[in-house]
Amino acid sequence: MPQMNMVQAINDALRLEMERDDRVVVLGEDVGKVGGVFRVTAGLFDAFGGERVIDTPLSEGGIIGTAVGMALYGMRPVPEIQFADFIFPAYDQIVSEIAKYRYRSGGQYGCPIVIRTPVGGGIRGGHYHSQSPESQFIHVAGLKVVCPATPEDAKGLLLASIRDEDPVMFFEPKRIYRAARGEVPEGDFTVEIGKARVVREGEDVTVITYGAMLYEALDAAAKAEAEGVDCEVIDLRTLWPLDVDTIVASVEKTGRVVVVHEAPKSCGLGAEIVALINEKAFLRLEAPPRRVTGFDTPFPYTLEMEYLPLSHRILPALVETARF
Amino acid sequence: MTTATRTQADQGTTTRGADEAMREDVVRVLSADGELVSDAPELDDALVVDLYRAMARARACDLRAAALRDEGRIGAYDGSAGEEATTIGSTLALRDDDWIFPTHREPTVALARGGSVEAFFHHLFGNALDGVKGRQMPGGFAARSLRIASASAPVGTQLTHAVGLAWAARIRKDDVVALAHFGERATSSGPFHNAMNFAGVFKTPAVMLCRNSNWPQVSETETITDTFAEKGIAYGVPGVRCDGNDPLAVLRVVRHAVARAARGEGTTLVEALAHPLDGPEGARLDPLVRLRNYLGLRGHWSDAAQAELDESLQQEIDQAVAAASAAPTPPRTTMFDDVFVTLPGHLRDQRDA
Repeated sequence: MPQMNMVQAINDALRLEMERDDRVVVLGEDVGKVGGVFRVTAGLFDAFGGERVIDTPLSEGGIIGTAVGMALYGMRPVPEIQFADFIFPAYDQIVSEIAKYRYRSGGQYGCPIVIRTPVGGGIRGGHYHSQSPESQFIHVAGLKVVCPATPEDAKGLLLASIRDEDPVMFFEPKRIYRAARGEVPEGDFTVEIGKARVVREGEDVTVITYGAMLYEALDAAAKAEAEGVDCEVIDLRTLWPLDVDTIVASVEKTGRVVVVHEAPKSCGLGAEIVALINEKAFLRLEAPPRRVTGFDTPFPYTLEMEYLPLSHRILPALVETARF
Repeated sequence: MTTATRTQADQGTTTRGADEAMREDVVRVLSADGELVSDAPELDDALVVDLYRAMARARACDLRAAALRDEGRIGAYDGSAGEEATTIGSTLALRDDDWIFPTHREPTVALARGGSVEAFFHHLFGNALDGVKGRQMPGGFAARSLRIASASAPVGTQLTHAVGLAWAARIRKDDVVALAHFGERATSSGPFHNAMNFAGVFKTPAVMLCRNSNWPQVSETETITDTFAEKGIAYGVPGVRCDGNDPLAVLRVVRHAVARAARGEGTTLVEALAHPLDGPEGARLDPLVRLRNYLGLRGHWSDAAQAELDESLQQEIDQAVAAASAAPTPPRTTMFDDVFVTLPGHLRDQRDA
């Protein structure tokens, strides 16, 4: 199998699906001739032309709003928003229109749109190039939310997302766009939406995470092992709907859980996960569930590595939870 | 067109000259009395009779809906009684494959595209037979089989959808035009700007039909320009004004815009100057009366024909309201359907708890 980074894997998925299905179009700011701000769509303009790889005006509301019309006509738009931080001019279209179109039309219409956008910090991008707003989309009924952490999952989940009849928010952790490398199957394959992956099996503590923080969690788990703590690490991959079965099965085994995410702590996905564990596995818990997350502050520039829940912040939580 | 300083800023509105709608740049086909004021060689009498019948049907349904609202039998309903020149005139100007993007005020366009009166009232009652399953308040309808998109309450969002659909049709090389309805206040919204700019840049085959709905009063808070049509200039989208109480003027202007779009020349912004029915000139300029007078003058309508139409509409609506009010409400479990194509676990848990 070829080695790819995440940018190459996403590009490969887009190319493959555009060849397979002529309803698929890519649109966004500089996604065509330039190949996108992170070059994720590089080469697609030359391969498919300007009517399928469309450079648009600088208007997120226009990009997402017109994608709705395209989807209603039966196309499969895959718009790119340059940074998730800039998605909010399109928030009304996503929340009020895309998420509700199937429901409010009594199932007459769907909005099969995949909105690709980079998320997360650690790239010296400051407040407006670093946020993790996934919970703000999870809380809206009608959206699926995906966030891959490996090149293989990025390709397989993107193919599954484009083929899904429901709208999908596809968050790409930009810090590992090129740093995460791995084997990616050639040709067509999908990773099922709604299925988490147990990346590392263990008996003592369950660590639940996703996106770029997977690697921090794995690093902390390796260090915890040296201290005699055996961690099980779950990569959620799909943030909504959650793979509750995988989460609960692991917590029932370990009785201890730490959730790790970059997004702010309060009302973050970790809050929902802990609540679900309390509802479904309370009597099996041996220690209070912990959250290691970003803070309830705007994302800082200079202090970004203090903000992110890196390995050195995760490790003590693992050890303390194991020894509680 | 020029930008002028308003003279009645203290009142918050400007009243335009009573005869401004007579200006040469405002397209008009019928006088207030229903006489032709310009050549209308494209008009086929049979089509005009169909248009009149469709307008009368829309008016009767809208008035009954307002009565049901006032009786508290259905929720809030705005409708568009008195505005049939734009709602129905534009609908009949479209071809079968063209699409309509309505606001929640234009559910009557479905009636002019083959939708039944019974379906109209099932929707207003939000019952189990409602095409949108009781999910939206009256007016928030959708009719995919009639190529009518889903109406929502956020102002202007449907404008970008119409442009996107038109754009998609052009990419697919289909001869399809999308028409979007909106009121003049939507020209202040972000999506209006987005839609117009994308429409201009990508030359999408769309028609933006702006109903300037309180004519000749124009809100001072909404714009400082003389017209709404001129807002197209900056986007490379030509603006056309027409008498919004003249169904044949709307028919002509929208047909022209559709043909232009179909030729690949892009989007047209239409500003229809519409006197409200309860305004000072509303009764005199009622589009229904105006078209009836036109047909009468040409020998295609009579009091007997009117009496027969009134009675049949009355009967049709009575039956539809009876059926809609007797139909059951949607089962509780349907609340959880259509959030996603397949019911996910968390919704199944909530439904079955």
